[in-house]
Amino acid sequence: MSDTTELLRTPLTSLNVALGGKMVDFAGYEMPVQFPDGVMKEHLHTRAKAGLFDVSHMGQVILRPKSSRYEDAALALERLVPVDVLGLKPGRQRYGLFTDAKGGILDDLMFANRGDHLFVVVNAACKAQDLAHMRAHLSDACEIEEQTGRGLIALQGPAAEAALARLAPEAAEMAFMEVRDMALAGAHCIVSRSGYSGEDGYEISVPGDKAVDLTETLLENPDVRPIGLGARDSLRLEAGLCLYGNDIDTTSTPVAAALEWAVQKVRRNGGARAGGFPGADVILPEFDKGAARRRVGIAPEGRAPMRAGTELFFGEGDSTPVGRITSGGFGPSAEAPVAMGYVAARLAEPGTRLFAELRGKRLPVAVATLPFITPRYKR
Amino acid sequence: MLKFTEDHEWLNVAGDIATVGITDHAVEQLGDLVFIDLPEVGAQLGKGDAAATLESVKAASDVYCPLDGEIVEVNEAIVNDPSIVNADAQGAGWFFRLKLANAADAEGLMDEAAYKAMVE
Repeated sequence: MSDTTELLRTPLTSLNVALGGKMVDFAGYEMPVQFPDGVMKEHLHTRAKAGLFDVSHMGQVILRPKSSRYEDAALALERLVPVDVLGLKPGRQRYGLFTDAKGGILDDLMFANRGDHLFVVVNAACKAQDLAHMRAHLSDACEIEEQTGRGLIALQGPAAEAALARLAPEAAEMAFMEVRDMALAGAHCIVSRSGYSGEDGYEISVPGDKAVDLTETLLENPDVRPIGLGARDSLRLEAGLCLYGNDIDTTSTPVAAALEWAVQKVRRNGGARAGGFPGADVILPEFDKGAARRRVGIAPEGRAPMRAGTELFFGEGDSTPVGRITSGGFGPSAEAPVAMGYVAARLAEPGTRLFAELRGKRLPVAVATLPFITPRYKR
Repeated sequence: MLKFTEDHEWLNVAGDIATVGITDHAVEQLGDLVFIDLPEVGAQLGKGDAAATLESVKAASDVYCPLDGEIVEVNEAIVNDPSIVNADAQGAGWFFRLKLANAADAEGLMDEAAYKAMVE
């Protein structure tokens, strides 16, 4: 058992323990890896009904423009991300990437246009570094306010809409990636229709002192079960979504990571605000010439799961790897092992047969189209 | 005669044949099993050799051969449906049967009380 005495807690840690969560160290926080249902049932329940995840360890940050004009905060953030922040409409959220001077990815994030400010959510493991990065580069234009007092809950799955609409009927009206202020169980919440499971659902930012009340209210609904980080990982893997630190990091560019969709045309060569972010000289040419390697799905042909670090070979007897798995495991909904990783660009075509080295054996795999499931985002 | 190892395996020994599996405690730690690779029938294994590989939703682990012997039967049912081990680790979820090189070797393993004391 890991020692959890020195770990940071979220507003929901005590409740997670009371619900029978098996607590582990995740990015310095005491977090539930699973509840008594276990990873497999939790995963399948989320895809069948609704799962509730404590993601309060993630960083919530407000970028408040000193001029009080959204445009000034947006243009400031555009100095750090290859993404259209200025063109994002009020009440809308978008996925983004912090890049570095070499074109690598420092973190991925979600940001929302909240009318007079930006609301940003970053990964727990990168939180301190991201805050320092934003303070160093955005302080001329913005106040950078970490929202340490707030919890963050994800409610994911086909029953999420009905579950949240019980507390606030307007939740059902929200479009995918819409963000609204909403009163939920007496708490002033910021709700986005989004998530990281491949399912429809919501992420709910809630004042820390109301987080337990709201969670307990949601869990009164038998369709809603608490879900741990284990199932969160298998859900996002089946959905083809990147885990920062595994599937994307400072050695992967947006094009290598197959995240071209996250870089809007306005920031690419020929766009009105092309470049102007770290690593643009590396990243933008790759939209024309491609990257040397590419992130793809990997479908093992047998039953054996293949984990991060498993090397991929073109020929069964080759000694030089052509790729490596960066996330992998068993996909409970796919009912098969699933993985993603990087392969040489010439081998990135779906259906390409490769061999993975597992416990000294070379086992066949196929390059696969991501995601492994059909996403059910609200449209 | 029911015996246990420090690697969380159980052995049900009848004569010189030991039926081997992993304990309820091991299964609880591993979580849902999703893949099991069993040894070949006829394999001659020494004590401590890797006999089987299993994967849970969390990680891969090895099952070690608890004593010297020959694999005489394997439980194909758990290969097709690893969840049998989660449901009944110390019954229908057995892994393999081992013909012991020296039946008396089993005497030196832990009994149930000693194993329970170890995991508590």
